[in-house]
Amino acid sequence: MSRENLAAPELAAIDVKGVTRQSFLVRGALTAGAVYGLGTVGPFVRHAIAQEGGGDVEVVNFALTLEYLEAAFYQQALERVSGLSGDARTLATTIRENENEHVKALQGTVKALGGKPVKAPGVDFGDAFASQQSFLMLAQTFEDTGVSAYNGAAPAIKSKDVLGAAGSIVQVEARHAAAIRALNGEQPAEGAFDPALGAQEVLKAVQPFVRN
Amino acid sequence: MRTAPEERGDASRPAMEELANDPSSRKRFFKMMGAAGAASAFAVFLAACGDDDDQEGSAGNAMAEQKKETAGGRDLQIVQYALTLEHLETDFYNAVVDSGVVKDKKLAETAKLIRDAEQAHVDTLTGVVKDLGGTPVRPQTTFESVLEGGEMKVLETAAAVENLGAAAYLGQAGRIRSKDLLAAALSIHSVEARHAAALNQVVGKTIVPDGAFAKPASMAEVLPLVKPFLA
Repeated sequence: MSRENLAAPELAAIDVKGVTRQSFLVRGALTAGAVYGLGTVGPFVRHAIAQEGGGDVEVVNFALTLEYLEAAFYQQALERVSGLSGDARTLATTIRENENEHVKALQGTVKALGGKPVKAPGVDFGDAFASQQSFLMLAQTFEDTGVSAYNGAAPAIKSKDVLGAAGSIVQVEARHAAAIRALNGEQPAEGAFDPALGAQEVLKAVQPFVRN
Repeated sequence: MRTAPEERGDASRPAMEELANDPSSRKRFFKMMGAAGAASAFAVFLAACGDDDDQEGSAGNAMAEQKKETAGGRDLQIVQYALTLEHLETDFYNAVVDSGVVKDKKLAETAKLIRDAEQAHVDTLTGVVKDLGGTPVRPQTTFESVLEGGEMKVLETAAAVENLGAAAYLGQAGRIRSKDLLAAALSIHSVEARHAAALNQVVGKTIVPDGAFAKPASMAEVLPLVKPFLA
């Protein structure tokens, strides 16, 4: 996939071929902000950037873009899927609120980094909301991908505190995944070990749903 | 639906044993995790114990006899701790499956699949301990009081154990420095989280008890909670 094919400029700004260690540091720092409060993050982030030789607001914004996508996905599902069961509606509401909390934390962290948070991308989930079944199938893909995205990124984080914070988010993604899978009649996990995905693979997975 | 112990063996067991016993299999395992440089994982792991910020010191006494005075001492302690929890989980699900206390067919199948996952974690962590020069822990466990409590008690206990397990892994993530071993731990952590959410659903609890950001638990917090199950 070439960058020219990317629909959203904020995605095009990401170097998916070589996500750098400092990128992950920043990404991790913003999750620390979510957990421990943004006030505690700023000094760490600046320290980390000073150590690693450069900031990477773009990658923080990439994470934010992913969270926007997820939040929008559940918001639209709640508005558009007709005949959503009580269980599915309750779960979609819970997940949407979790993702909205992530979005707010990420926006704040981009600002703490001195950057400008990306705007929410245009999204198009195709026929996903035609039925509860199609919604839940795509939801499962989103959540499983999210788990693998965090698992793939986290080992590059150096700070113990930041790593713990990233872990706290991936754990919630995994919980979402299992709950969605249950509604799909699937077992909670594919196996004993969740796979990891690189940034390029994650980008490829979400790119079809992003529109200008 | 009682399952005799001899029926537990499944087709995947030899592969798990291979993973546990054969370093080259573990190398493939780490590659599967998406972690590069698997061959150096254990060397890096050994070198990762420079941090002497040991707030877990007293809690680690449970495994003190296993803690060797090697360069990997602290990280070995963490792996032994994880292995202890995985043994506890595996023993628990074996007891549950054997007892037939879970009547619902789908739930009984889930219990078996979770048991198999926990066994795979045990086998892998056992191999890691050996590679680090340690003697793998094998705690004695007891679940009679839980099984006597009936199906709902069993399911509630399973949910509690899984939530605690996920929190326990999260609590250790920041103490491991090897990227490769961290990748492995994370790949287990999110599976424990999946188990926790699925069981929370079964017993009517929220899938995200901590909200949008899961909370970690330290060894000092976890060990007293699992002590009732350690004989």
